Amino acid sequence: MGILCQMKNFQVAIIGGGVIGSALAWELSHYKINVVVFEMGSDVASATSKANSGVIHSGINSPPSSLKARFCVQGNRMFQLLATELGFPLKWIGKYVIAKNEDEIKELERLKKIGDLNNVAGLEIHDGLLVKRKEPNISCIAGLWVPTAGIVAPYEYTIALAENAVENDVRFLLETKVFYLKKKPSHFVLGTNNGEFLADVVVNAAGLNCREIVSMIETPDFQIYPCRGEYLVLDKTYSSLVQSMVYPVPIKDLGVLGVHITPTIDGNILLGPSAEFIDDFSDTSTTKEMMNLLLQEAREIIPAIPKNAVINAYAGIRCKLASQKTGGWADYRIEESKHIPGLIHLLGIESPGLTAAPAIAKELTQMISQWIDLKKKTHVRTQAVRRRGFSEMSPDEQSALIQRDERWGRIVCRCEQVTEAEVIDALSNPLKAQTFSSVKYRCRAGMGRCQGGFCTQHIVRIMEQQLHMDARQLKLKSPNSHLFTGQVREETQ
Amino acid sequence: MIEQDADVVVVGGGPAGLAAAVSAKQHGANRVIVLDRNQWLGGILPQCIHDGFGVEEFGISMTGPEYAERYIEMAQSQRILCFAETMVLRFNKALEIIAVNKKGMYKLKTKAMILATGCREKTRWQSMIPGSRPSGIYTAGVAQGLINLYNIMPGKKIVILGSGDVGLIIARRLKFEGAHVMGVVELLPYASGLPRNIVQCLDDFDIPLYLNHTVTSIAGKERLEKVTIQQVDDTMAPIPATEMQIACDTLLLSLGLIPENELAKTTGVEIDDYTGGPIVDERLETTIPGVFACGNCLQVYDTVDMLSFDAKKTGKHAAEHSFKKQSIKQDRKKGLTVHAGDGVRYVVPQRIFTCGTVHFTLRADTPRGISILRLTVGKKELLKKKLLGVNPVSMIRIDAHIPTEILTNNKQVEVTISDT
Repeated sequence: MGILCQMKNFQVAIIGGGVIGSALAWELSHYKINVVVFEMGSDVASATSKANSGVIHSGINSPPSSLKARFCVQGNRMFQLLATELGFPLKWIGKYVIAKNEDEIKELERLKKIGDLNNVAGLEIHDGLLVKRKEPNISCIAGLWVPTAGIVAPYEYTIALAENAVENDVRFLLETKVFYLKKKPSHFVLGTNNGEFLADVVVNAAGLNCREIVSMIETPDFQIYPCRGEYLVLDKTYSSLVQSMVYPVPIKDLGVLGVHITPTIDGNILLGPSAEFIDDFSDTSTTKEMMNLLLQEAREIIPAIPKNAVINAYAGIRCKLASQKTGGWADYRIEESKHIPGLIHLLGIESPGLTAAPAIAKELTQMISQWIDLKKKTHVRTQAVRRRGFSEMSPDEQSALIQRDERWGRIVCRCEQVTEAEVIDALSNPLKAQTFSSVKYRCRAGMGRCQGGFCTQHIVRIMEQQLHMDARQLKLKSPNSHLFTGQVREETQ
Repeated sequence: MIEQDADVVVVGGGPAGLAAAVSAKQHGANRVIVLDRNQWLGGILPQCIHDGFGVEEFGISMTGPEYAERYIEMAQSQRILCFAETMVLRFNKALEIIAVNKKGMYKLKTKAMILATGCREKTRWQSMIPGSRPSGIYTAGVAQGLINLYNIMPGKKIVILGSGDVGLIIARRLKFEGAHVMGVVELLPYASGLPRNIVQCLDDFDIPLYLNHTVTSIAGKERLEKVTIQQVDDTMAPIPATEMQIACDTLLLSLGLIPENELAKTTGVEIDDYTGGPIVDERLETTIPGVFACGNCLQVYDTVDMLSFDAKKTGKHAAEHSFKKQSIKQDRKKGLTVHAGDGVRYVVPQRIFTCGTVHFTLRADTPRGISILRLTVGKKELLKKKLLGVNPVSMIRIDAHIPTEILTNNKQVEVTISDT
């Protein structure tokens, strides 16, 4: 705890290490100020930011002049540069919204009109034949082609933002939960399980917990309506089912986009998400009903989805400000506290939050500049070259790396062909995230079709060696998610 | 690239790969290379510290490591080259194999190749078990490896889903080590492991077996806290109001094994939907000439003894292919297709190109009492055999003579099992 004691005064404190908190941290890392991020999970992107479709939206779904539309369109335009600068993979694969009948064609026209008003480029309505030519497994009578939609791995993107922020001196405190927030005349006091911290400006980017944070310091004037979305992940064998994303026309009255087919950046296919309003906003359980429903609805789009293709299932929770009764749609609220200067709340940041994040971060930086004099740093460390996995390299590159370090020649995760060198690199991340999942989200070990059947024991061994921990200290993904209960036989010295 | 030539390259150094390699060498292949991803040879055997291996083959009951040691010694004494920690990344139809280990990238050119890539365990998601995603959920084989090879105890209060042999053996093992084994849950009305394991692993230790039950939900946000088990009806659908919650910190899955053929598939080896393994002919050659298959990647075996028996034949055929490639080039347009008919889940081999005695392995699709096994081609009966009880968990092995005159285009051998 030595480091924690040294420095407890910050100019900006960000509560929440999701994509919004991480994007803001990264943006602020370009300025000469000291910034801290409190994340209660064991890694960044440990809730909604990791469990979504990973889509960089174009901005055809939100009403013109809404914050959702504005930040989505702005964010979308920032992505190519961001991906290049931070070295996370991004593919502009485009998307189709498909119509199955005449009524739905009207819906496509409506979406196109919204998109045009939002200045989304390149929107075209294609007839069923043209859609079929590009997507042979899809049958429809027309499709709205959206070329500016892209995909990322949402956790890789958030991790890239956060890690680069750390490299530029932002402090991330993982497994650190804020318990109280008080306003003193000249600063804020934040009480956490790792002690008290002081800050001049506080940004509440706590996602689903945003209301809990507001309640610590003032009376909230809103409710959160958690809406769970379940997904199924298909084996890479079926990656050729679609080339682009394929969406139905949005479901009315839920404020969600409906079950769609999304290729992932790594070649899997996602089916989902469902939309189910629930009471407990930490309940990311999947359910049999939704699993069946997802397969059924996805087969309405692609009848060819085979049995036994599922290799994983997960759920994420949308942070909604509108209830199911009122239609489920509400705009983002990005605002200063009405009563307390220097406090910014981000409320109801749901889809397209992943896309909007970099634009929201710019806006927040602007807001912060009214209290703090922001001066650009003269030098910022960047991730010039994208770190590629062993499996993406040419044989010559592979050979060269193995000659330099034999750990590149030891495949740990056979399904995804991840080497020991990559696992060790993942474990030595600047955030010091040290769970089994933090390895998985950084190098894909354990993400393949055997789901850790072959690599668990090898990764455990590497973690024991690298982290100097014994097996019972290792965790899956969160502070109390211990992987093992102990040793079979106590080792004697 | 480090380039090497070989007569036979075996992918996988588990029991099948070793038996095939030893046999290939004995049958005249000169340069035999075994490639394995692990640091050790023997595949899964080193973690199988229970006994029962080798009874049929050697007449004595050995532990897994002891059984493996026999083949490892044979391989060493025959100077078979074994590359450990070596993973095959891909191969092509010209039998050029690209592999990697800590020394670098390899290109191995071989005259024959044997796939002995084994199998993997089914995961939670193949059975689509919903619920939360806490720690404490492992496949039975992973748990067995952690306990027996790494001295790691996965949990204290354990529920096991699936009554396959690995699940039964791990139940007993955990009990030995002081864990509470709350029960073994099986979807089917009968256990899928060997009857002797039901007695020796569950009955002898008072571990309850819940037949016609499944796990319908998993709860616990960080570490597993409880599972819900539920009775199922004839269609395997859960019956409402039969839910029972079991508090536990660990769920082990013994849901069955999937032949591991990802490598084979990427080169275009045709796969049988029922075995999950390559389609092979009577010489255990796959649909790619010069590529042979054996062991659990071909079909999941009941015992290692039978697996080794068949793998040795694969080794022999691969060796023959390597040194007289031309003479045994088959007319692949003329041949028989073997079809699993009524009462039969699958049959290996799936193709026959040469006449003579052919060894068939097959499984029934449901348990039966005294029954009749038939092999027919059209109206001609090739074989009729009375079986004293069949069970899908026990592989059936028979030899049948295929006469020359029926070996023509498009004919089909039908294998059926019926009541008497």
